[in-house]
Amino acid sequence: MPDLDAAFSALADPTRRAILARLALGEATVMELVQPFEMTQPAISRHLRVLEGAGMIVRRAEGTKRPCRLSKAGLETIDQWLGMLREALARNYDRLDAVLAEMNAEQMNPDKGETR
Amino acid sequence: MSKMTLKTEGDRYVVVTRRFAAPPEAVYRAHTEPKLIQKWMLGPEGWTMPVCINDARPGGKIRFEWSDGKGRGFYLTGECLELEPYSRIVHVERMHLPDPTPDNHVETRFEADGTGTLMTMRMTLPDAETRSQMLATGMEHGMEAGYVRLEGILEPELAGSQRHSQ
Repeated sequence: MPDLDAAFSALADPTRRAILARLALGEATVMELVQPFEMTQPAISRHLRVLEGAGMIVRRAEGTKRPCRLSKAGLETIDQWLGMLREALARNYDRLDAVLAEMNAEQMNPDKGETR
Repeated sequence: MSKMTLKTEGDRYVVVTRRFAAPPEAVYRAHTEPKLIQKWMLGPEGWTMPVCINDARPGGKIRFEWSDGKGRGFYLTGECLELEPYSRIVHVERMHLPDPTPDNHVETRFEADGTGTLMTMRMTLPDAETRSQMLATGMEHGMEAGYVRLEGILEPELAGSQRHSQ
């Protein structure tokens, strides 16, 4: 279980959240992360150290490269965000169901419509 | 019958489907008339959309502003590209956080399905990186603004799990 303070401050930065989202696609090296984020390698490396310190990612040695991937805690974090987003979207459509039912009722009883 | 699906396709697409117990005309209107949009496109509980501009004609402007009632909020702008009442809407949108995100090109189709409607929304992002960054920006606000967010990039067991060990 990662330190919660470290986890929160790691996730407070949009670039680090974007890095986590990128790693959800699969393992990546620093160089592979530098290009899409339009940041320098040292800047990306600093973000990776914060994420690693917070237990969100793990790195392995492969020659001179140290590819990163999500740790179990990182995966669970993304899973939770995703659950929130999915819930927000599902809630929108549940509300739309209610709006459609209202529209239908107004059509059946035009006297009770908003125009009255 | 109303279960929503959300999948990624290829590198750049996100496809959402949902069935509604109302004819295509009603679902189309609920997606184009600001007074109706403001009632449902709100995201998490407690958020509202104080500003909703949706000029439903080719070239017409879109602007949605959300507020959590506690001083936090953000907005989305876009343009309508094609409208085929009551079957198809094509528009482009971007969120402002406050910097604009890359354009999300969205095609929404409404097909009669028995007495109801099958809606299929296909979003096209510039590239795979943008798609994953959209997931990240969506996280920040815990909010879906243009139905943007993704699921299929994760392993199916993660995406499908409602509960997991704490």
